[in-house]
Amino acid sequence: MLFKTANKKTLMAAMLTTCLTAGASFHVAAMESIHFLIPGGAGGGWDGTARGTGEALSKAGLVDGISYENMSGGGGGKAIASLVEMADQKHDTLMVNSTPIVIRSLSKVFPQSFRDLTPIAATIGDFGAFVVRKDSKYNSFKHVVAEFNDNPRAIKIGGGSARGSMDHLVAAMAFKASGGDARQVRYVAYDAGGKAMAGLLSGETTILSTGFSEALALAESGEVRILVMTGEERNEAAPDVPTLKELGYDASFVNWRGFFAAPGISDEVKAEFVSTLEQMYDTEAWETVRARNGWVEIFTPDEQFVAFLEQQEKEVGALMRELGFLK
Amino acid sequence: MLDGIFTGLSTAIMPFNLMMVVVGCFAGTFIGMLPGLGPISAVALMIPITYGLDPSSGIILMAGVYYGAVFGGSTSSILINAPGCASTVVTAFDGYPLAQKNQAGKALALAAYSSFTGGTIGALALLFAAPALAKVSLSFQSTDYFALMVLGLTAVAAFSGKGQVIKALIMTVFGLMIATVGTDTTSGATRFTFGSLDLIDGISFLLLAMATFALTEVVMTVLKGEHREEEEQVDMSKLGSMKLSKEEIKEVAPTIARSSVFGFLVGVLPGAGATIASFLAYGLERNLASVKEKLKFGKGALRGLAAPESANNAASTGSFVPLLTLGIPGSGTTAIMLGALIAYGIQPGPRLFLDNPDVFWSVIISMYFGNLVLLILNLPLIPYISKLLLIPRPILIPMILFFSITGVYLVSFNTFDIHMMVVITVIAIFLKLLQFPMAPMLLGYILGGLMETNLSRALVISDGSLAFLWERPLTLAIISIALIVLVVPPALELLRNRKNARGPEVAVNEGEG
Repeated sequence: MLFKTANKKTLMAAMLTTCLTAGASFHVAAMESIHFLIPGGAGGGWDGTARGTGEALSKAGLVDGISYENMSGGGGGKAIASLVEMADQKHDTLMVNSTPIVIRSLSKVFPQSFRDLTPIAATIGDFGAFVVRKDSKYNSFKHVVAEFNDNPRAIKIGGGSARGSMDHLVAAMAFKASGGDARQVRYVAYDAGGKAMAGLLSGETTILSTGFSEALALAESGEVRILVMTGEERNEAAPDVPTLKELGYDASFVNWRGFFAAPGISDEVKAEFVSTLEQMYDTEAWETVRARNGWVEIFTPDEQFVAFLEQQEKEVGALMRELGFLK
Repeated sequence: MLDGIFTGLSTAIMPFNLMMVVVGCFAGTFIGMLPGLGPISAVALMIPITYGLDPSSGIILMAGVYYGAVFGGSTSSILINAPGCASTVVTAFDGYPLAQKNQAGKALALAAYSSFTGGTIGALALLFAAPALAKVSLSFQSTDYFALMVLGLTAVAAFSGKGQVIKALIMTVFGLMIATVGTDTTSGATRFTFGSLDLIDGISFLLLAMATFALTEVVMTVLKGEHREEEEQVDMSKLGSMKLSKEEIKEVAPTIARSSVFGFLVGVLPGAGATIASFLAYGLERNLASVKEKLKFGKGALRGLAAPESANNAASTGSFVPLLTLGIPGSGTTAIMLGALIAYGIQPGPRLFLDNPDVFWSVIISMYFGNLVLLILNLPLIPYISKLLLIPRPILIPMILFFSITGVYLVSFNTFDIHMMVVITVIAIFLKLLQFPMAPMLLGYILGGLMETNLSRALVISDGSLAFLWERPLTLAIISIALIVLVVPPALELLRNRKNARGPEVAVNEGEG
């Protein structure tokens, strides 16, 4: 619902257009420099994405000079503001961000939105997943839904972020799609994913709303089972886990991570960013980084990325309005 | 299991891995000593280096850096009142007064012995009981954490001198208020941010501790200025002996043992960690002390230094229990290490010690070596490190300012934090001149903040009913202990006062608290 994996045709088309726009310089020169702006501190998800991408670009020889800058504050708002204010001097800057930029601009955490920036591409993604304890009485998500429709208060859903943020919204979306009332979802907020997991294992919550790749790691440890995930189709990493759509609930979600450039950069610069990122996927250096982090590729460049963001904003916005987070 | 331990032992004593232990401990100690730069920054710095190593060596290195940083953090707490990291903030409460009394050498040595014992007891407990403890750690629910924080807050009295109880309470509430700034996870609402982007994530504990301890201390020194010149000369000439007398050893030995075990257990809980452990251990020790000894706390009590130092090291070792056996990180530092393990293709969890016994056991065994290395590394260095105090003030003070501010900045990369530090420092100086104690504010901030989030979470889960307070045995037990700690000592005192007719407020009473 929120994102459609680019099918082969559109990908080909995208590649063709980028090849054409990048023109002659395409196969010749590496980009001179990219400055990665990371809206959070060291060691976080954004930090890992930017540094991993930078490492791949530099090792593959696609970019000569790579630099990084961490700038936290305001859930990423600080970095966005700086990119907008100093756009003239930041032509070589790429800011990393992810789904929360949509959520936080909707809830007015910061005044800007992706429209104030130049979206370059979504590069990697992760689906949502719902997880239960291995000895839980629930064997399928349908079972949970049945119980939820019976007595919504009985299902306690844990998540590693505040109420109204991603884990909560994904849970609300899933239960809404299954015919329930999103406002009835009882979301128990923890301040980190690990603590939410501990809460699930301690038995105080019934299911955990988390990212698919994190869920995979948890399931591998044998303490939990994944009931369902939010992809469009099953994932090869866990072919037994059904999607919401398969169960008949029309909902899908991907938490993308991607890059934005300063507003007002020229089309040539934009095309250069897009093609540089695109070329990265075929390199060995990228494969090393990707495999190390277990990232799923979802290359969605330029206009497709904008269209995707608009779509996500519409859907998330509707959901947040329904939940009472927006007026 | 024995097989596994031997595999681990043989991996751990490979020369390269032993070298990793030494390198890790050394780097950790050094980074930890710099005010503000704690284990998180230290471990994050190691990530790129570990890519080239095999899993055991990489994790051994990171673990070494981690407990090395906790070990080293105490040094700057003691010498310059600038906590090296969050978990050594409490160390400054009694460590710095000791250094002011020209006993810096003794304080550092005691911190080293306590850390060593805490770390070693932790490593042994990890070796023998990790899988069993994992189960215990999971039995803790939000209600139990709430009760634990209430118990911790009963130690407020521990942080106040004689006749300062009211002031200590005011400061605790102040700390609680600061903890509410930012996004409330349960409701998703932002509180007291006044529309500022920078306050959305709240005010960090380290920033608060640096501003109220390091910066305030430095500025006060400058303000007092000239007539401290003479004292300074005394400071310079005497660093004090590093030796502890027999009586002193007798005094602190039970403290260290208690706090190590206690700290380890708190560290095992994914929702607590080394900082909480150090606060709780300090409070526990103060509650166990006799009335006479209680008054020494905060003024350079040896027990008050030994307790948090043993506890924080034992707790950082303890935090490996949920990390390795369940794959659950209890802190930012262990979260980074979890990321590193997964990057190696190793999934921590109940099967780790079956699937990768070499990694599991070698890391644990290396911790034992690591603590030994830290002791050997640090003890001979104490005389040199404490020479830091010999640096003339005009040079030392700007250095402390520089490191404190950059330390906080390097955690957040947000210049607003520096402004915030200045504002808090000004407020703290004002409060200090009015003789308000700072420690209760930090206690209120860290325990109070956790108390609130756990309570609101428990209430969401129970649908607003407070019945868990008496229906959950574990919660009830902890709350009962808190009540006893709160009610019994004043009651005893009241009785005694009545017996003694009316004496001046008792400073010499011997009753146990």
